[in-house]
Amino acid sequence: MSEPLLTVKDLVVEFRTELGAVRALDEVSFDVPRDCITAVVGESGSGKTVTGNSIMRLLPESAQSSGEIVLRPGDEEPISISSLTERDPRLLDLRGGLVSMVFQEPMTALSPVHRIGDQVAEAVLCHRRVSRETAWDEAAAMLEQVGLTDVERRMRMYPFEFSGGMRQRVIIAMALICHPQLLICDEPTTALDVTIQAEILVLIRSLQRKLRNSVLFITHDLGVVAQIADRVVVMHDGKVVESGSVRQVLKSPRHPYSIHLLASMPGARTREFSQ
Amino acid sequence: MLRRLLGMIPTLAVISVLVFTVIQLPEGDIVTSTLDRLSATGVEMSDERVRNLRAQYNLDQPIPVQYLSWIGNFITGDMGFSYLYARPVNELVWERLGYTLLVTVGALLFTWLLALPIGIYSAVRQYSVADYAFTTAGLIGLATPNFLIALILMYLGYTWFGLSFGGLFSPEYLNAPWSWARFVDLLAHLWIPVIVIGTSGMAITMRLMRANLLDELRKPYVTTARAKGVPPLKLLLKYPVRIAINPFISTIGLLLPALISGEAIVGVVLNLPTTGPLLVQSLITQDMYLAGSLIMLLSVLTVVGMLLSDLLLAWVDPRIRHERA
Repeated sequence: MSEPLLTVKDLVVEFRTELGAVRALDEVSFDVPRDCITAVVGESGSGKTVTGNSIMRLLPESAQSSGEIVLRPGDEEPISISSLTERDPRLLDLRGGLVSMVFQEPMTALSPVHRIGDQVAEAVLCHRRVSRETAWDEAAAMLEQVGLTDVERRMRMYPFEFSGGMRQRVIIAMALICHPQLLICDEPTTALDVTIQAEILVLIRSLQRKLRNSVLFITHDLGVVAQIADRVVVMHDGKVVESGSVRQVLKSPRHPYSIHLLASMPGARTREFSQ
Repeated sequence: MLRRLLGMIPTLAVISVLVFTVIQLPEGDIVTSTLDRLSATGVEMSDERVRNLRAQYNLDQPIPVQYLSWIGNFITGDMGFSYLYARPVNELVWERLGYTLLVTVGALLFTWLLALPIGIYSAVRQYSVADYAFTTAGLIGLATPNFLIALILMYLGYTWFGLSFGGLFSPEYLNAPWSWARFVDLLAHLWIPVIVIGTSGMAITMRLMRANLLDELRKPYVTTARAKGVPPLKLLLKYPVRIAINPFISTIGLLLPALISGEAIVGVVLNLPTTGPLLVQSLITQDMYLAGSLIMLLSVLTVVGMLLSDLLLAWVDPRIRHERA
């Protein structure tokens, strides 16, 4: 197997607070292989989101981090994300270009005063020298791919005229339009109702199959993990406690926390573990 | 929209009755206050002459008739006659409105051009030394009454430069026809009231911009734009600043009433030919038509200004635009 697309090694993130430093990530290490979906699973506060934001370098200024994050784009030099400075032009190429992100709250993740089409097309304009018209047309094509209908009219609408599920589709289109090698999804379905949730999961899965990129899927929901992921990283209290293929971790978890996590899931397994 | 326009009519009607009542409330009228002044200088007037005077000014009519004739004329664009200045109110107001507009708009531009960028800087570099410095300076500016700033500036100008400020023109240009030299003279005087009046709004604008922007900077859409790879400065201006600035756009409409009543005290102190001092003077002397018309004009401009604000806000903010539709 080829080298993993992304390697996170000994990542430590601390937040400076009035009560002293709080350690959010404690020597987190894992790989994201190419062309598959890797899930990061854990309860609230386990450091999943901080991990995702570290890869995008979106942590607040109060965060101090050490460790290494290396991205190996297929045909280019590896990039050490962790050592880029805030002013490095490569950081702007990275964000939205090589790595992009889908967020938890579709209701607030889009600017309320800009048209849908402009917001998606902007992603193109940020990364490639093309005309506004070309960018707009590409945005239209991408929005069609994520299952939006009546695209030309909808692109002239504003986010508040869209439902949560439609907004999440728009955000996915925005994230994928520059063909990033890594798509980070931070609880993309948590804020949606169950039927829409399933649709979005199917969409992410099928787009991954089609575009053959890697997806880092952050979730607290083991049901979602089973449905979508190839590999899984289990996090607890800022540490990676277990990682491996979904089949192996869900069928025969080795770490006590993974067992506990599985046991806490409602359904058939609950009885199995409580006996 | 049409309903909104029609709704303004009863509002203004009620206001007009209130305005008229309030003006009538104090004891006496322009004739008695004139008599007081005259008797103070030892001149006595016969009852006959007083009655004639009253009839001349329509003051012998019953109150409702006085009201109707006043408001009827107002609607047709005739704001009546000022007893004090012995000139039509229209002339008095129009003459001063231009200068008032100049000073008010100048002060607003001064405030915004300085305070908005400072507010943005303070929000982006929250809790930095510069942020604290601007905040302190702003609060001092906020706590200092305008007329005091005017007096201090006048004093400093006089003692340091031997300049005499006040008014908008030097004496030699006061009644001169318009010329390039007169225009330059106007500019040389204009900056004092612009700074004095502008400083008062500065602190509030600065703090409001800072607070608005801090709110917006924390919103998820900012993170989305960052994750998209938008360069930092473009991002700041295009997303959070664009939204944080909306409340200020909506205050543009409120400038209209400020044209009449705003900065009356500064106007008096600096001896400006604006409408503020006119209003103060008319209220002191119970110059009924002048006072009433000015206050009525103020109300009309307030209502129109509110409408204008709403339209502007709807124009810049699609969310509001669609709520109305």
